[in-house]
Amino acid sequence: MVPPSLQPAAGPSETPRIAVEARNASKAFGQGDALTRALDDVSVAIRKGEFFTLLGPSGCGKTTLLRLIAGFDTPTGGSILLNGRDITADPPNRRPVNTVFQSYALFPHLTVLQNIRFGLDMLGRKRAEADARAAEMLALVRLEGFASRRTAQLSGGQQQRVALARALAPEPEVLLLDEPLSALDLKLRKEMQRELKRLQRETGITFVFVTHDQEEALTMSDRIGVMQGGRILQIGPPREIYNQPANRFVADFIGETNFLDGEVGAIAGDTATIELAAGSVTVRSAGLDRGQKVTLAIRPEQVRIGEAEGLPAVVTGNVYFGTDTHCHLELSGGAGVVARLQSAADDATPLGEGTAVRVSFTPGSVQVLAD
Amino acid sequence: MPPAGTPATTEATIEAGRIRRNWLLAAPALALLLIGASGPLLIVLVYSFLEPGDYSGVIWKFTPRAWFEIFLKRDIFDGTLGVADAHLTIFWRSVRLSLLTTLITILLGFPTAWFIATRPRSQRALWLFLITIPFWTNLLIRTFAIMEVIRNQGVMNTVLLQAGLIAEPIQILYTDTAVLIGMTYVYLPLMVLPLYAAIDRFDFRLAEAGYDLYASRLQVLRRVILPLVRPGLIAGSILVFVPSLGAYVTPRVLGGGKNMMIGNFIELQFGQGRNWPLGAALSMLLLLIVMAALLVYVRVSGRENPHG
Repeated sequence: MVPPSLQPAAGPSETPRIAVEARNASKAFGQGDALTRALDDVSVAIRKGEFFTLLGPSGCGKTTLLRLIAGFDTPTGGSILLNGRDITADPPNRRPVNTVFQSYALFPHLTVLQNIRFGLDMLGRKRAEADARAAEMLALVRLEGFASRRTAQLSGGQQQRVALARALAPEPEVLLLDEPLSALDLKLRKEMQRELKRLQRETGITFVFVTHDQEEALTMSDRIGVMQGGRILQIGPPREIYNQPANRFVADFIGETNFLDGEVGAIAGDTATIELAAGSVTVRSAGLDRGQKVTLAIRPEQVRIGEAEGLPAVVTGNVYFGTDTHCHLELSGGAGVVARLQSAADDATPLGEGTAVRVSFTPGSVQVLAD
Repeated sequence: MPPAGTPATTEATIEAGRIRRNWLLAAPALALLLIGASGPLLIVLVYSFLEPGDYSGVIWKFTPRAWFEIFLKRDIFDGTLGVADAHLTIFWRSVRLSLLTTLITILLGFPTAWFIATRPRSQRALWLFLITIPFWTNLLIRTFAIMEVIRNQGVMNTVLLQAGLIAEPIQILYTDTAVLIGMTYVYLPLMVLPLYAAIDRFDFRLAEAGYDLYASRLQVLRRVILPLVRPGLIAGSILVFVPSLGAYVTPRVLGGGKNMMIGNFIELQFGQGRNWPLGAALSMLLLLIVMAALLVYVRVSGRENPHG
């Protein structure tokens, strides 16, 4: 059997080259009234060698998309392409794609080494070659002394590494990771996040990572696809996703956001005035029409508290987080706003409840969401 | 502080009392096993070393003759010793039919157990319930029902004849095949239930992992599923093989007396054969074969799967 990874890729190479692509992929379960669209006409192109994250709440369809790429499920519509070749009909064992399962799914009847060798054995690699590759993988995940252990004798973090080594050993074109860190405690999770990034850099393999943890997605990814209700809402690099969320869901799901409802007022050149209950805010006018109802999204760290200018507000409380303090404010008109104030040695006393202040926003940081 | 030793002594006393109480709780069952199982077994063992009585029973005189009789026979004309090939035929038939029964119940039982274990949890109880329905009816009646199906004028042959698929009835009744069919039918649930229990514990994501790592469906079955459901496979095999080997009713009814198995042969010695010591020796031999089979199984499963 020819290893799938050695099969020639069809199609011309473009820049950037696309490793795996879903074209109008849909997946529905059940039928009639009980029909649920786990994935609804999703198109996404994941580039070669990138760390791509599918981010969304549970039930958003991210795992379904991963299972379509792995081949465990077949789409009810659309197609899956690998290196430009349609693999929709290929079974999982014919796809040069490997998966790191959420539960690790290590074979309990095999040793660590046998687990890592499994894929190589199934590909019919020569014994010596498979042994060498497995040893290399053990070194890569720093488990050199554990070759003959049973998987049940390993800690969660070690099992995680074995699962990674097992999936990486056959040198897949794409590595799929289904919430692989969710079972680990916080400290170990941070460690494994760095470890995963290192592995991805060292191997150059395309990673498709599924998570519901927005911080994980922001810290690790080259690009993120935010999903909800079986659709992809926005695809972009972490900074873009965070700073220019496409809609209210993305702004709300990634990080913390203040939402203020308003209406577009006067437009002068490339600036527009948004009328809020508490006053007015100036934003860029691109794409806005006078009288349009909009929502402003402002990150708490972009909220400034002063005395001279801005919207009148009253402090309603403070929550101390160590590195910073969240100051809760109520704008005149009743809207709530949270400001994140970075802790410094000299601001020992927070603003007391009931203090009247003025609230303004860092220029250019206000996102206007039309809805 | 209380003097050293006192708490320990108290604890030891309590512990001893607890053990004594546990023994008392187990005593009725242990007594029943001792009297009901070991006692008769001992009698059978003793009888196998006695001489047969003229009409039945035994003469209380020690002789290992019955044990030799199992394998050797004296020619009634010239008195020379020869191999008791009729006996060996019966042993071989018993072992062969039992092994075949085990194999066929595995082949039929595995997909069935798999099917049940992959149903939604709410439906499984119903399927398991259906599997156990045959146990509601007496074994003898079920065996006669099989006979009704396979005999020359039975359901199967009538249908095939009417359909013009065969010109004359297929003779199945009173052959080894009939015994095999009967035993497979009777013991199939004993294979399905432990296999179901094992497959139910199987994590299907492991099959996906194997499939993901370039294993074909057959390789997933062989390399991932079978090793992990082996405890169920072994339990089912023991549950089928052991009673198959000692089967009495099925070969008697479906084998028609000609195609005897060990069980029927033993019965013959205590009945028409009037050779109780030979019957006793055969019973002990059957016991030894079963124990040997179990030991081999335990060894094999223990060596290949040291961690569970």
